[in-house]
Amino acid sequence: MTAPILSVRNLTTAFRTEEGWREVVRNIGFDIHAGETVAVVGESGSGKSVTSLSIMRLLDPHQSRISGQVMVQGRNLLDLTERQMQDVRGNEIAMIFQEPMTSLNPAYTVGRQIAEVLIRHKAMDKAQARTAAIAIMERVRIPNPDRRFDQYPHEFSGGMRQRVMIAMALAARPKLLIADEPTTALDVTIQGQILDLIKELQAEYGMAVLFITHDMGVVAEIADRTVVMFRGDQVETGSTDHVFRRADHPYSRALLAAVPALGAMEGQGQPLRFPRVDMASGAIAPLPPMARPVDRSAAPLLSVRNLVTRFDVKAGLLNRPVSAVHAVEGVSFDLWAGETLALVGESGCGKSTTGRSIMRLVEPRSGAITLQGQDVLALKGAQMQAMRRDIQMIFQDPFSSLNPRMTVGQAVAEPLVKHGIARGKAARARAGELLDQVGLSPAMMDRYPHEFSGGQRQRVAIARVLGLEPKLIVADESVSALDVSIKAQVCNLLMDLQERLGISLLFISHDMAVVERISHRVAVMYLGEIVEIGSREAVFGNPQHAYTQKLIAAVPVPDPDRRLLRRNTPIDELKSPVHPLGYTPPRREWRNVGQDHLVMV
Amino acid sequence: MTDAAVPLARKGSRAWRSLRRNPSAIVGAVIVIPIILLAVFAPVLPIADPNATSWTAIRLPPSAQYWLGTDEIGRDILSRMIWGARASLLAGVISVAIALVTGVPLGLLAGYFGGWVDMVISRITEALLAMPFLIMAIALAAFLGPSLTNAMIAIGLSAMPIIIRLTRGQVLAVKAEDYVEGARAVGLNHIEIMGRYILPNIVPPIIVQATLTVATAIIAEASLSFLGLGQQAPAASWGSMLNTAKNFLTQAPTYALFPGLAIFLVVVGFNLLGDGLREALDPREN
Repeated sequence: MTAPILSVRNLTTAFRTEEGWREVVRNIGFDIHAGETVAVVGESGSGKSVTSLSIMRLLDPHQSRISGQVMVQGRNLLDLTERQMQDVRGNEIAMIFQEPMTSLNPAYTVGRQIAEVLIRHKAMDKAQARTAAIAIMERVRIPNPDRRFDQYPHEFSGGMRQRVMIAMALAARPKLLIADEPTTALDVTIQGQILDLIKELQAEYGMAVLFITHDMGVVAEIADRTVVMFRGDQVETGSTDHVFRRADHPYSRALLAAVPALGAMEGQGQPLRFPRVDMASGAIAPLPPMARPVDRSAAPLLSVRNLVTRFDVKAGLLNRPVSAVHAVEGVSFDLWAGETLALVGESGCGKSTTGRSIMRLVEPRSGAITLQGQDVLALKGAQMQAMRRDIQMIFQDPFSSLNPRMTVGQAVAEPLVKHGIARGKAARARAGELLDQVGLSPAMMDRYPHEFSGGQRQRVAIARVLGLEPKLIVADESVSALDVSIKAQVCNLLMDLQERLGISLLFISHDMAVVERISHRVAVMYLGEIVEIGSREAVFGNPQHAYTQKLIAAVPVPDPDRRLLRRNTPIDELKSPVHPLGYTPPRREWRNVGQDHLVMV
Repeated sequence: MTDAAVPLARKGSRAWRSLRRNPSAIVGAVIVIPIILLAVFAPVLPIADPNATSWTAIRLPPSAQYWLGTDEIGRDILSRMIWGARASLLAGVISVAIALVTGVPLGLLAGYFGGWVDMVISRITEALLAMPFLIMAIALAAFLGPSLTNAMIAIGLSAMPIIIRLTRGQVLAVKAEDYVEGARAVGLNHIEIMGRYILPNIVPPIIVQATLTVATAIIAEASLSFLGLGQQAPAASWGSMLNTAKNFLTQAPTYALFPGLAIFLVVVGFNLLGDGLREALDPREN
């Protein structure tokens, strides 16, 4: 066997803290050979990104200390001077990052940024660099590279920017590509395209790839070998197949068990709780499915008809509206008591705006919303405040959904006081009970949100809305930002509460596997419209609309047998829902394919 | 963990505890508090009459009798410094208070409601910002009539536009946070949201700006006094002393030194206090 491209031995990184040096990554060791992909997986705080930044020596030298060996072509990178490292970065080792929206310089054209790499590392002149850069842009399948060379990053979509990042990374033909969560910020259909592209280019250039991710589905699809990290330690290293099927370390088994897999729900009639996984022993205990049946013979709790929400796009000296974003267009659905309806779709499809329109956090243009027989759009003042007791919302980002200046006790008690449910000592006592209900200790009441982890904050947010005894909770991507094990716990909590209290859930998510687990019915949204709606079994088992099929096919499944899969999806971008003023949307027809499974024709 | 009937009861005590342990707040307090005490107790201190002139003791250097020397008409500089502290501290603190009391609510309204409210407030703010700070203060003071009170009002109003703009910008940033929308979703009204969700989160940069403005205001009062629009002669303020002293820099260098040093110390003291306050109010700093 030839020598590996990258060989890491005993890599230990410590950060300077107020209590002295603290090791965040300990004794990491692995090899990557040419043409091979090694994935480093772990939950947040496991040290996977620190590992990649240590290899590239991108950490602040005053705040961090790296020891061990990082061998690339017979040289230990940790012994090089900063000046020598600059010749390694972008030339021998290239890196792509998670956030395509912020990793390009908005002040320069895209072409110039790619050409710069060639001028810096390959001593090309401007004209040569331009030709070469256009060739690379073509290679990463950016349409019309001649024209797009002179465009600025803001003229590119997220997926296209990530292609630009890859083009920049590959411009100097590096021997090693480090990809740090390169598809995490992308929509699932775009993610599939980018994974395809990385596999393709790797085969062509024979690069070694170090792939950092938290997504086990992506690992299964792309990695030859997998390194599992847990709290700074490398707990398992092996072929992806071995890690997925016969992992030695209990943590690896637990991590895999917690991952929702699309298709795992076949034959299940009711939403199913995630199995309880003990992270220490790896023991997996399945939990029962939801027992409470949904009575659809009764009148629906929430009924939405032809909901339309548009946002004006203003321009010009007088700030007049020139066009409108058709965020929600003719959306209709019913939601029964104790039921979970999932709204799924990609970014910009209008699923969040639908949820916010129902709560009247944004004002819909037209349509009808009926909650328990009451016309929500006609409510004013005090009635509206009262309605806001019945519908509550949980947000996506646990780090921005709580006021940092209020203790969690205050946050949970506040709605109770506001709505006159309890005050003073009683409110405080009730807040304690609510925290207890969501699995937090009431003793934590006097702490501030920053002292809690993401999952705990999401529990606090749930406790806060539970106090109002809402009939309906709109959960807007509420578990999307959480680590897999925490995600499973929060989903289980929502299902427990639904079973116990009969709450209806409007579950807004882009995560198809979680949706399959938690929902009774599913509505698929595309460009502001529902293109398909029906029971979970019907939509996932027998998808009828082309977009639903595409969406389901794009989801990475944690099954190493799919490693060689190429989707060969055509390269396209999401279309825009922006239309000129006076645009009348076409009349839509829905076809009933059985059992209230409706598909847009 | 036992009682605390109202959940809100703890907040003040936590901030206060943290302030008492904060090193920059302590240093700031050690500088500012003695100066404030001196200013407050000026009438009862055993010092010379600040306005008593003496033709035999003109521009004397510091000595046992005149600790900080005398000025150009033989008045005791130490006692003028102590009496002048009243005018300067008042000018600094009250005018900043005026700027905050007017500027923060206007900025909050503009940023929170947007639309035409923002349009009106922001356009007027921009027009005011187009005028240099001191020119505006002079114009306002001249319009209101010469007195220390009017000078403070003029300085406060001139400092207001910056506070409005700063507040508005901060509100726009905080308004986009999920917790603000969450507060609407649980049914809180606009006043509750502004008071409990937005204001506490925009305080830090405003405190920093306010402590810096204290310094500007003290110096602005000096300029107004120089033009006869601030503290009226013969009453003292540090600014007017500095202004007179600059004419005698070669003959009596120590004359300018003391009021200058005092302004410097007060400004440093307020900045340190402001830093400490900002950290103490932020629960994340513990």
